[in-house]
Amino acid sequence: MIRDVIREGGGLAVDIATLGDGDDLYAAGLTSHATVNLMLGLEEKFDIEFPDRLLRRRTFESIEAISAAVTELLDEKVAA
Amino acid sequence: MSEQLQRMRRVGADIAAKHAGSVDAEARFPHEAFAALKAEKLLGVMVPTELGGAGASISEVVALCHALGQYCGSTAMIFAMHQIQVACLVRHGLQSEWHRAFMRRLTSEQLLLGSATSEAGIGGDVRSSICAMEVQGARFKLSKNATVISYGADSDAIMVTARRTAESPASDQVIVPILKSDYRLEQTSTWDTLGMRGTCSIGYWLHGAGDVAQIMPLPYADISAQTMLPTSHLTWSSLWLGIATDAVARARAFVRAEARRKAGTVPPGALRLAEAVNLLQLMKSNVVAAARQYEAALASPELLTALSFAVAMNNLKTGTSQMAVQVVNHALLICGISGYRNDSDYSVCRHLRDAHSAALMVSNDRILANTANLLLVLKDDPGLFP
Ligand SMILES: Cc1cc2nc3c(=O)[nH]c(=O)nc-3n(C[C@H](O)[C@H](O)[C@H](O)COP(=O)(O)OP(=O)(O)OC[C@H]3O[C@@H](n4cnc5c(N)ncnc54)[C@H](O)[C@@H]3O)c2cc1C
Repeated sequence: MIRDVIREGGGLAVDIATLGDGDDLYAAGLTSHATVNLMLGLEEKFDIEFPDRLLRRRTFESIEAISAAVTELLDEKVAA
Repeated sequence: MSEQLQRMRRVGADIAAKHAGSVDAEARFPHEAFAALKAEKLLGVMVPTELGGAGASISEVVALCHALGQYCGSTAMIFAMHQIQVACLVRHGLQSEWHRAFMRRLTSEQLLLGSATSEAGIGGDVRSSICAMEVQGARFKLSKNATVISYGADSDAIMVTARRTAESPASDQVIVPILKSDYRLEQTSTWDTLGMRGTCSIGYWLHGAGDVAQIMPLPYADISAQTMLPTSHLTWSSLWLGIATDAVARARAFVRAEARRKAGTVPPGALRLAEAVNLLQLMKSNVVAAARQYEAALASPELLTALSFAVAMNNLKTGTSQMAVQVVNHALLICGISGYRNDSDYSVCRHLRDAHSAALMVSNDRILANTANLLLVLKDDPGLFP
């Protein structure tokens, strides 16, 4: 699901299918402008909201990192 | 006042101010002021003491820019642009032998660093590059069509941004200092502008080469967000404040002279002067608060890489750049025709022309658009004190 959101909103220079989960998305062309789109896409898709503490460049550096953040937010939602 | 700041005030009053008129009129590099700044060892103040510098904090550098801005806007802008490059080296080059050696040279020889981030074909979007590093073994080459390299002809080294490799996307950039002996500049434009005329911000094709070890290890994206943007906005804002401060000082002198001439009455300009002083205080509070915020963020990667920090620094720049023009314009109205004359002690013409560069030196519209985008995800901050 995360890969779908990146394909739609990430504006990458390469096809997301060619990237591994740990690959650097910024090296693949993710810009800080597109990061915001990506975040909005994830919030919509997973019905979550990124708190300010996660609004950092490193949160979106790889599919792995994004996945960790989304999982954390989904867990918090269940706990709440 | 720190001893460093006293030295800066001396250079400003004795030298920069004396030549400000001819630097502006002839659109020439402020040679006299830079000879003095080098003699006073003020170019390497931010470098750590173990590498020969003074280990100055960002607040201290901001205070130096503010002081110099009161004497000559162009000289202060060149000093600020140089310090921004030094800040990048100091913050991100201490782990690298090449950069440590370079900082040692910078302090002992008082090297002046220029910057080539803007490029033909990308407008002012400095977070994109067209040119790319061409690496062969341990050496690199690069050619950049730089639309503006301020004081390029008088720089001893230039920090250049480029795509990491010929295959990298436009946003995957590195930054590298290139030494004067390793680059060739081919002039592509002239610099006959409204203001900031002494910065000699001419366009060049830069053809450079060097060792791969010179490339800063961290991606430019991080260096830009953590250091180049905040230090640019802080040093620029403080020198714009310096320009505005001197304009208000002239307006104040004008109003006082009027008051003395007609003792017992409050001169008509006094009210507007009160407004100008009020605006100046707002501007100063902005700069001081942002400098404190940056210093607090330096101690915490969390704060430094947060979007809210980027928004605060953006706001500093768009806010102070507009206020500088507003304040100088008040001073002009107060001094009237005396302020409008180029040849009067109350002249604020150069101040006004220099201040107008602030909004376009990285376009305010571009910065506001960036902030607008970040605000789509950033939450409100209901607190008062950080
Ligand atoms: C005194 C001075 C010294 C300088 N020195 C240097 C230097 O040493 N090295 C260096 O590399 N650069 C330097 N610059 C260049 C500076 O960093 C900016 O790149 C440059 O001023 C922007 O030029 P621009 O107005 O053509 O570009 P743009 O930013 O492209 O702006 C052009 C116009 O388009 C609008 N616009 C464009 N894109 C957007 C957008 N995304 N959102 C909203 N509006 C947009 C702007 O509002 C503006 O009206 C210097 C500039 C000045 C004024």
